[in-house]
Amino acid sequence: MATLGELVADRSILVCCGPGGVGKTTVAAALAVEAARRGRRTVVVTIDPARRLADALGLDTLTDTPNRVEGDWSGELWALMLDPRSTFDSLVAKYAPDPAQAETILANRFYRNIAGALSGTQEYMAMEKLYELHGDARFDLVVVDTPPTRNALDFVEAPRRLTRFLDNRLFRLLMVPARTGIRAVNIATQAFLRTVGKVVGSDVVTDAVTFFQTFEGMEDGFRQRAAGVSRLLVDPTTAFVLVASPRRDAVRETEFFAEKLGEAGIAVQALVVNRMHPRFSPSPTGSVVAAAAGSPLAPLLRNMAELSRMADGEEAHVAALATGLAAPAVRVPELETDVHDLPGLARVAAYMFA
Amino acid sequence: MDPRRFCAQSRLVVVAGKGGVGKTTVTAAMARMAAGLGLSVLIVEVEGKTGLAAAFGAEDLEYEERELAPGIRARSLTPDVALVEYLEEHGLARISKRLVRGGLVEVVSTAAPGIKDILILGKVKQLERNGSADLILLDAPAAGHAVSFLMSPKGLGEVVRGGPLRAQADDVLEMLTDPARCRVMLVTLAEETPVNEVVETAFALEDRVGVDLGPVVVNGLYPVLAGLDVDPSASGVDLPPAEATALAAAAEFRIRRQELQQEQLARLTAALPLPQLHLPTMFSVDLDPSDIDHLAAALASGVERLPARTEVSP
Repeated sequence: MATLGELVADRSILVCCGPGGVGKTTVAAALAVEAARRGRRTVVVTIDPARRLADALGLDTLTDTPNRVEGDWSGELWALMLDPRSTFDSLVAKYAPDPAQAETILANRFYRNIAGALSGTQEYMAMEKLYELHGDARFDLVVVDTPPTRNALDFVEAPRRLTRFLDNRLFRLLMVPARTGIRAVNIATQAFLRTVGKVVGSDVVTDAVTFFQTFEGMEDGFRQRAAGVSRLLVDPTTAFVLVASPRRDAVRETEFFAEKLGEAGIAVQALVVNRMHPRFSPSPTGSVVAAAAGSPLAPLLRNMAELSRMADGEEAHVAALATGLAAPAVRVPELETDVHDLPGLARVAAYMFA
Repeated sequence: MDPRRFCAQSRLVVVAGKGGVGKTTVTAAMARMAAGLGLSVLIVEVEGKTGLAAAFGAEDLEYEERELAPGIRARSLTPDVALVEYLEEHGLARISKRLVRGGLVEVVSTAAPGIKDILILGKVKQLERNGSADLILLDAPAAGHAVSFLMSPKGLGEVVRGGPLRAQADDVLEMLTDPARCRVMLVTLAEETPVNEVVETAFALEDRVGVDLGPVVVNGLYPVLAGLDVDPSASGVDLPPAEATALAAAAEFRIRRQELQQEQLARLTAALPLPQLHLPTMFSVDLDPSDIDHLAAALASGVERLPARTEVSP
């Protein structure tokens, strides 16, 4: 258990996770701004930020390289917007035995679908980017935003899932003949593939077979890398920050998310609850309410009652979440406007680090 | 427009929107409204754990259909089960187990992106054709996923040139682009980012999928409360100063939110020429059946105020 201040001061990786639509990107950026203010050389990896926030961070296009953000801090702030495609491409280039093989894979239609269509690829690439930046001597702290997902474990399991995919039984079957020098895929497999081809179209199967054959020899590199990424996620210098929202549809998702993280043995170090309705206390007492019935204060009292009901309901969920996670809850109130610039991030940070 | 006519415009209504905007709430309210008019409703959930069942005080949904309330049934669909079912119905039971067991669904769905979405939409199409209910509500995947989800038949059509799945994709596309069979109802909030996103999504769906868009549902609106600009300490009511300050601050917050909300509604109206249905916030995090009834009534009165024809295109 630690405060957010302690986390930005002494961790080397902060992972912001939570369901979609709760403001993970904003929280990740605010954590990074605060770390830079505390003198750390920080890089934040964002996933699909709102356009104006991206502009504020100088991220006008998808870029695989960090962009330095100038501002009033003693440390450094760098930002990048995750591009799963180019991150995956550079992994392929890294593990391919020669440039020609890398080219063949990069041009394969099946491969080109992987970054967009294989579930978990975006999650894995976020983790992969984190791994790469962690090893970059220019940075003390990497803050990573995670893709919106219903399942908390998607990004934790993503490295293993990709390895499993590359280790697939079909893949094995396809590789055996190639290794023994027989070019053709064995007969039983061929029959199976023909049937699959009848359903999904034969081009699709041909692309897949070519991909797996070309990929031969690279699985080990990928497997080792994935293992490294997985280890980094449970390293004591890494902390998970769960971002939540008390919005009606998000509450249940967050609770489900927290439950899944718990089952996976991932300790959440902090809980940031974004956009809480403010509580205006003290609420007027019963006698005042009675005296004011029919008075000019009636609309104000009704408003107070409505807002209090909302705030109470939210607080009950937040308290239950915090207890379940055994992590302190940091509450960020609903601001008047969306956060889309550095001063806005500073305001969010002021609540997070109060 | 008469709510009964509104509900009968197409058998399938896809409810779509960014995470956290209250898609599930709207789905539940729409179901309640239709059931209240005597229509049989089937809700199809595709992501699981949406809280839909909880809003009706029921246990989480499963693949098997279940009654949530009188006239309202619901089920969840997953690509794996839909694939097995599809293969079995097409005389391919033999390979279905092998496909699913070996994790080959992943390989196949990577080879042909969108295959999982097609399987789900294919199943929805089957339900639509069978007339399983008077109204089928599909609680679509969140965020930008809605576009790729509904784009899947077109995308697959470009990769897979023949075979039963291609036929399936073509059938699904036919359903999606037929306004008499399917409409998409987008849900948003009167806030900057959700408004931007719903405008983008609306244009993408119409241009790239060619689907018919129903009214946009703006959820979670503060009901406009008049008479908030009263200074409590000068109102003649005897209040302790701290309470007067709190009342004034709460009123100030509400006034500001109401103003912002009006600005965003105006922005939405200017950017997206679709009729709007407004739903109030219930000032509550937990939905219960009485909240759903209240929202269903609000939805119905919004529908009544709609012009008789709603086929306006952006």
